[in-house]
Amino acid sequence: MTKKNLLDPNISGLIEHDHNNDGINRRGFLKCMAWAGTGALCVIEGGVLKSHALTSHMGSKMKSHKMGELSFVQISDSHMGFNKPANPDVIATLQAAVDKINALPEPPEFILHTGDISHLSKPSEFDNVDQILKATNKPIFFVPGEHDVLNDNGAMFRDRYGRNSKGQGWYSFDKNGVHFIALVNVMNLKAGGLGTLGSEQLKWLADDVKRLKHSKPIVVFAHIPLWSVYPQWGWGTDDGAQALSYLRKFGSVTVLNGHIHQTMQKVEGNITFHTAFSTAFPQPAPGQAEGPGPMKVPAEQLRSILGLNDVNYVQGRHALAVVDSSLAQR
Amino acid sequence: MTKRNLFLSGLVLTLPLALATVLVLQPTRAKGEAAGPPLEVRVVNFTFGPATLTVPVNSTVTWVNKDDLPHVIASNDGVFKSKALDTDDKYSYTFSKAGTYAYFCSIHPKMVGKIVVQ
Repeated sequence: MTKKNLLDPNISGLIEHDHNNDGINRRGFLKCMAWAGTGALCVIEGGVLKSHALTSHMGSKMKSHKMGELSFVQISDSHMGFNKPANPDVIATLQAAVDKINALPEPPEFILHTGDISHLSKPSEFDNVDQILKATNKPIFFVPGEHDVLNDNGAMFRDRYGRNSKGQGWYSFDKNGVHFIALVNVMNLKAGGLGTLGSEQLKWLADDVKRLKHSKPIVVFAHIPLWSVYPQWGWGTDDGAQALSYLRKFGSVTVLNGHIHQTMQKVEGNITFHTAFSTAFPQPAPGQAEGPGPMKVPAEQLRSILGLNDVNYVQGRHALAVVDSSLAQR
Repeated sequence: MTKRNLFLSGLVLTLPLALATVLVLQPTRAKGEAAGPPLEVRVVNFTFGPATLTVPVNSTVTWVNKDDLPHVIASNDGVFKSKALDTDDKYSYTFSKAGTYAYFCSIHPKMVGKIVVQ
């Protein structure tokens, strides 16, 4: 499907069988949900990470492009089990993300999932995600979202995805000269507060990076943004700044988060922050709704949502740059 | 003892019981029907409503989640904690001691509320 189709204001052409009389059938729904089933392709080149939104026309665009030292894919917020009107078919949208990953001209080394794998921490929800992601044939590294640790303080999550992790699920690994750090900021949350890493994890992080050379590229991933996106809605991490202080000495640091179901980017000194789309449903931009609940997207708002699917790209060392692109703004 | 006396003594014994039953039932009924507010906290748009609820001792407060995302009701000092409440799920807790009980959503900790028991 090309962008031209999606931008056509007369979307009735998409509808084949409209059982609910809401103007949208299943196939049309999937087409409308252009934001859904998306992930980010991350390419590290010269130690610097560049992030591209996964699109169905990526193949031709990337074919001639050298893929750098390492490429991997970030997906997030699958919310398996969610079935409300904002997206009654989260299986199909996760499947769409897998199809896009499998269609990449250069296969990624691995996949990072930045949490909220499940909606209600049910074994069947985790099973469904595992089953769908298996088709990528790639190693997958997970961090938990708050939806993955609901009733057991994350015991089931760690049993499934964190067998080699420390503490409540944090770990690190090296790949092609890049150091990856998985952090957990959805446990032991305090009343009135934001995401929390906790002193034990912070101590581990300080030790983990102590021996590394300053030239080592670092990629940190965690569910809730480590930077203050919008504290009024809990979109930030109370002790995130302390974690980042241990990383200031490195030349290139990238922080990948999920949780807010929209892409945002910010560059602060040596640190670049990215948040990822959800594969399940969108959430409103900060302060643009009464609360941060799932956003229902009627067909006439298609344009503003489609923009979120466009390529996002951050490079350089600007003081502050939050990018939130939408077609309506162009 | 005559039949009449037997009847009277029976009345003497059962009347207080009946009265006691009425007395016990009445406050419960009054809560639902008359001026007293329902002892319910609704979770809407990541907010507890009312944010502060004042109730008499031995009241049962019920939280109901009207959001499309789950929430968890947890008192700040661990006195009570619900399982994850999906849309329209309810959680009830009976407050047998006077005091102020601050609580929050343990997965969206910006959401805070208070139950004042007096």
